[in-house]
Amino acid sequence: MNSSLLRIQAIVIKELLQLSRDKMTFGMVIMIPLVQLLLFAFAINTNVRDIPVGVVDHSQTALSRVLQQTVSATGVITFTHSYHSIKAAQMAIDTSEVRAVLIIPKDVSQRLVRHPSVGFGLPPSSKEETSRPIAQWLVDGSDTMIASSIKSLRNMPLSELLDKPTNRNTPTFEVTLLYNPEQRSVVNIVPGLVAVILTMTMIMFTSAAIVREQEHGNMEMLITTPLASLELMIGKIVPYIFIGIIQVAIILGMGYWLFNVPFNGGFAQLALATLLFICASLVLGLVISTIAKSQLQSMQMTVFILLPSILLSGFMFPYEGMPEAAQYIAEALPATHFIRLIRGVVLRDVTVVEMGFDMLWLVAFTCIGLLVAALRFKKTLD
Amino acid sequence: MSISKDTENFDGFAISASKLTRNFGQLTAVSALDLTVEKQTIYGFLGPNGSGKTTAIRLLTGLLKPTSGQVSVLGCNLPQEANKLRLQIGYMTQKFSLYDDLTVTENLQFISRIYGLTANEQKARLSELLSIYQLTRLSKQLAGSMSGGQKQRLALAAAVLHKPKLLFLDEPTSAVDPQNRREFWEQLFDLCDQGTTILVSSHYMDEAERCHKLAILEDGIKKADDSPQALITKLPAKIVEIQANDLRHIKDNLTKLPQVISAAQLGTHLRVLINETVAQPIDFLQQQPCLTNKDKFTLVRASLEDVFVTCTGKEAISR
Repeated sequence: MNSSLLRIQAIVIKELLQLSRDKMTFGMVIMIPLVQLLLFAFAINTNVRDIPVGVVDHSQTALSRVLQQTVSATGVITFTHSYHSIKAAQMAIDTSEVRAVLIIPKDVSQRLVRHPSVGFGLPPSSKEETSRPIAQWLVDGSDTMIASSIKSLRNMPLSELLDKPTNRNTPTFEVTLLYNPEQRSVVNIVPGLVAVILTMTMIMFTSAAIVREQEHGNMEMLITTPLASLELMIGKIVPYIFIGIIQVAIILGMGYWLFNVPFNGGFAQLALATLLFICASLVLGLVISTIAKSQLQSMQMTVFILLPSILLSGFMFPYEGMPEAAQYIAEALPATHFIRLIRGVVLRDVTVVEMGFDMLWLVAFTCIGLLVAALRFKKTLD
Repeated sequence: MSISKDTENFDGFAISASKLTRNFGQLTAVSALDLTVEKQTIYGFLGPNGSGKTTAIRLLTGLLKPTSGQVSVLGCNLPQEANKLRLQIGYMTQKFSLYDDLTVTENLQFISRIYGLTANEQKARLSELLSIYQLTRLSKQLAGSMSGGQKQRLALAAAVLHKPKLLFLDEPTSAVDPQNRREFWEQLFDLCDQGTTILVSSHYMDEAERCHKLAILEDGIKKADDSPQALITKLPAKIVEIQANDLRHIKDNLTKLPQVISAAQLGTHLRVLINETVAQPIDFLQQQPCLTNKDKFTLVRASLEDVFVTCTGKEAISR
């Protein structure tokens, strides 16, 4: 046992020495989380703002201009173009000049005064005359996110237009938004980003680790020594656990200082969740490295795992919205379970044990993966 | 890990193999190899590229499992006891297999940790090895930046670090100049004197000649094995050197004869190997139409190269 620890230590020291000489990899350890965090956190935004839209104003009245200003004031859209005909407007949508067009009819003032949302204390009439909308949006509906943002304008209040209190609809449900009341997407994205970046770097580094030994011919020497496969595996993993922890610290630290992502949970819980996920990812990388024949192949397999980890794990799209088959795939990925865990710990202050299923799943994944990797890695050249 | 010849209770051989065979799909890399290597000797595998030398070494180190046949190395039956054997053997691979991005000292420290040397043992052994293999001055240098000869000394130092009883060297001198090769063989003899058994593969004749015993391999088959001297003495052929004009033409004609094993041009001479069934080789040659009485014929001593050509050539001719 003692000599086994010594052999693991030998591999760890060797890996650290090699890592310290490999400036490129060392730089990646720091740069990947920094750059990705800045990119993703700024770029990914599900609250769409300032969509460029056009207007076709048939009415050309003070009211129609005030209407435009009111809509513009929501911040959802910006009027960039004005067209004379609906045909020209349609053309502008086709050529992506604008994403949508607001068509204001000639009789906008009549429509407005009769509109139930403006309200004269009358119940909404079923008469066609009073149920007519004030104006129409023509939307490029191919991007669902943009379409739904403009759809959200359907029921916007227009009280300023007539200087009268709105005939407010009483909502059916009262909704209280916990944990992210301002609805900033960055709050959800930064913890998820930990999972994506760790998946990327941890799997990439370890999947290349054993293949590199094979490519450089070092493996032929290693297998003639008393070094056991499990010792080699563990020795290869340990240095990267530290690297993973450094990366998590960078991402969450920057998220806290730069993007005001709240950190509600305990450090111990965070460390536990992260450690579990780092181990699972590293072990997955090891399994890949026992399959791949070259570093290029190991890189390709890393991408194969990385893409579903980004798209299916709940990082970008809600897990609940996916079809059942995709949910099964998502369940198999360690990233899915970790995203649940870290969002729980960071945003909602739950403990890892309270989310027992995800925790156990990561533990099981690590153990099985390590076993598979050690069994697949043969000490003979057959 | 001291070396003593008395403690072993096996039959006195470091390696004994019988009918050792290894197939890779259709290809038979090593075919029915019978082998006995005495302790404290240098045993050589001589053969052209692709003759199964590396495969044979990998079988004997337990890196490959034999398709059939028995092997016992240092009393361990392979492949069952391969793990037990690993502590007692050293293996220097054909290609440099230490880490290019570690220094000489770091590489040796890594190996000594793998073999479980304590810190004190490690320090003593390292400085000893660095001085034996003239690496002290290079100890801080990255292995990747060293010359072929320096890398080879480092590889040997790493292979003998744990004082193995049996050392396998797979074409150790292929990337080394002649001067370094001489020094390298002196180091091998030193190791042998200290009790190490060495199995070395090579395709250099001068190296093969230094071995105590030699096996000539071709296409995975052992063609001959004995001491180099015995192989030369037992050679079933006579060698005649011919000095004549148009050696190329003569060579083409002679190689067609069944009695001629081979003919090779060496500068101004043609070295002809003739089957020993021909009692008077010079007379035999003079009778050939392509040669005249004016040409000079000399009967010369056989060399190891002739043995090699005879052993491996028959096959080529019979094809």
